[in-house]
Amino acid sequence: MRLTPKSVTLLALVVLIALSPIFFPSGFYYRIGALIFVNALAVTGIVILTGWAGQISLGHAGFAGIGAYACALAPVHWGIHPALAVVLGAAISAVLAWLVGRPILRLKGYYLAVASLGMGILISMVLNNERELTRGPDGIDVAELGLRGVLKDAGLDLSNGQFWYFFCGIVLILGAWLALNLRDSATGRALRALHGSEVAAKTVGMDVARLKLQAFVISAVYASVAGSLLALQNKFITPDVAGFMHSVEMVTMAVLGGVGSVAGAIFGAAVLTLLPQVLTVFAEYEQLVLGAVMVLVMIFLREGVVPSILRKIRGRGE
Amino acid sequence: MTLLSIEGLGISFGGLKAVNDVSFTVKPGEIVSVIGPNGAGKTTLFNMISGVYRPGMGKVVLNGEDVTAMSPHLLARRGMCRTFQNLQVFQSMTVLENTIAGYHLQESGHVLSDLLNLPASRRRAKAAEAGARELLKRVGLERAAEREAGSLSYGSLKRLEIARAMALKPKVLLLDEPAAGCNAVETEEIDHLIAEIAASGVAILLVEHDMKMVMRISNHIVVLDHGEKIAEGDPASVSRNPAVIAAYLGAENAAG
Repeated sequence: MRLTPKSVTLLALVVLIALSPIFFPSGFYYRIGALIFVNALAVTGIVILTGWAGQISLGHAGFAGIGAYACALAPVHWGIHPALAVVLGAAISAVLAWLVGRPILRLKGYYLAVASLGMGILISMVLNNERELTRGPDGIDVAELGLRGVLKDAGLDLSNGQFWYFFCGIVLILGAWLALNLRDSATGRALRALHGSEVAAKTVGMDVARLKLQAFVISAVYASVAGSLLALQNKFITPDVAGFMHSVEMVTMAVLGGVGSVAGAIFGAAVLTLLPQVLTVFAEYEQLVLGAVMVLVMIFLREGVVPSILRKIRGRGE
Repeated sequence: MTLLSIEGLGISFGGLKAVNDVSFTVKPGEIVSVIGPNGAGKTTLFNMISGVYRPGMGKVVLNGEDVTAMSPHLLARRGMCRTFQNLQVFQSMTVLENTIAGYHLQESGHVLSDLLNLPASRRRAKAAEAGARELLKRVGLERAAEREAGSLSYGSLKRLEIARAMALKPKVLLLDEPAAGCNAVETEEIDHLIAEIAASGVAILLVEHDMKMVMRISNHIVVLDHGEKIAEGDPASVSRNPAVIAAYLGAENAAG
């Protein structure tokens, strides 16, 4: 059987996730790994929206905020299980994305960037100011998912770090699989086509507004699930998860790795999650680094790191 | 039987009448060409018929239905498809993917089925790919299938655009200067291709500068000048028409 790019990406991802722990010097690295996977999941959504459909969102952290606070609030107020709260958060994010995207995506141009920016700021303001409900900027505790206990009873005893590393890893593999399925399907092809030429996409019968809306809703669900996973593994969440800087971070990760490629998105998420952890000096200058990365990638590697390298390799092979 | 009927179509840009009161009809299997000097309003007329511009007056009737100013993606559903003078190809996709894109209406199912790669999605994608490879063979691009469309020559891109349009199995095909920028050999290939498509019963509306090609393949010719229809008829009668000769000579004098 010939290996398709899709199976190569998935296989590489599975091997990396499964084997990386061998090289971990301490348990702390499980936590960084889990953080990378969560960010990579959100950025995979950005690849669908920006890399394929060519639409820009500057408010995706808002959806992460919805996913995170659904896990914090729904179990307390409605007594539903945290796992169901993830689904609830994703559903709310999807509906909100549909409501915001539907009128905006009929228009040609980059109106979505502006609309989503406003939406993200609104969500962030609500989370900061509705202290009665969200406890405001100090953050709020999040219930235990409880799956680790179930696994322990079944004889699989993982540390908290190990559990979240593998759990987030599996969700990321699933997310990457879905995205790669989409890429080569009728829908994914249509998204990439309308990015290339909107007028030609219309002439072959593609409902451009509807397709963009689908991409926006799907990517919102990715961000929401990522937000939920972040809240659940930290057992604590602050409104920063929905902040503007988090939205910019997602876009930068995608752009650095390669906004058109799922593998690139995961690479970009890994680099920009690792940097501030490994070199503490970066944590202080995070905004500066993000800005510089954006500018440098745009000048030197417009397609992003991974697609540019792949092109070099292929070019040499011919 | 008339398939496409253009009734008194017109549009103004800032008070200037770019196209004024143009009418004609196209039947299945017929090749109708719109000719005229540069700036006569041919492409503007095309853009109105294909739903890119909203006409200021008149109607476009497709198969008995008023489709004036209907969005291109809805026209595609009703069997009308077009190509572009300034090539609209999905540059960063492969030649094969470009052609499969033409099967969108036949191929697309539910987005959830696509996400999960369900058998229904796979089956449709496979059928579309098989059809696309067949079409690429027909236009002579089967060897370039896996190449990025942006790397093709101009003449090949023109044929790719026609293949993509044919994938829709259209009833009416609008071709905007399909031979522009092509050499003599490429023009002849496109020539044969168009005749073949028409022979299969598709109504073809053509805008073309290459006068030899127009005279060779058209059943019926509509001549525009300054946005108005100045003549129409079969190739022989149009080429003898004094108004047509004057329009072209006038244009040449002005250009020279």
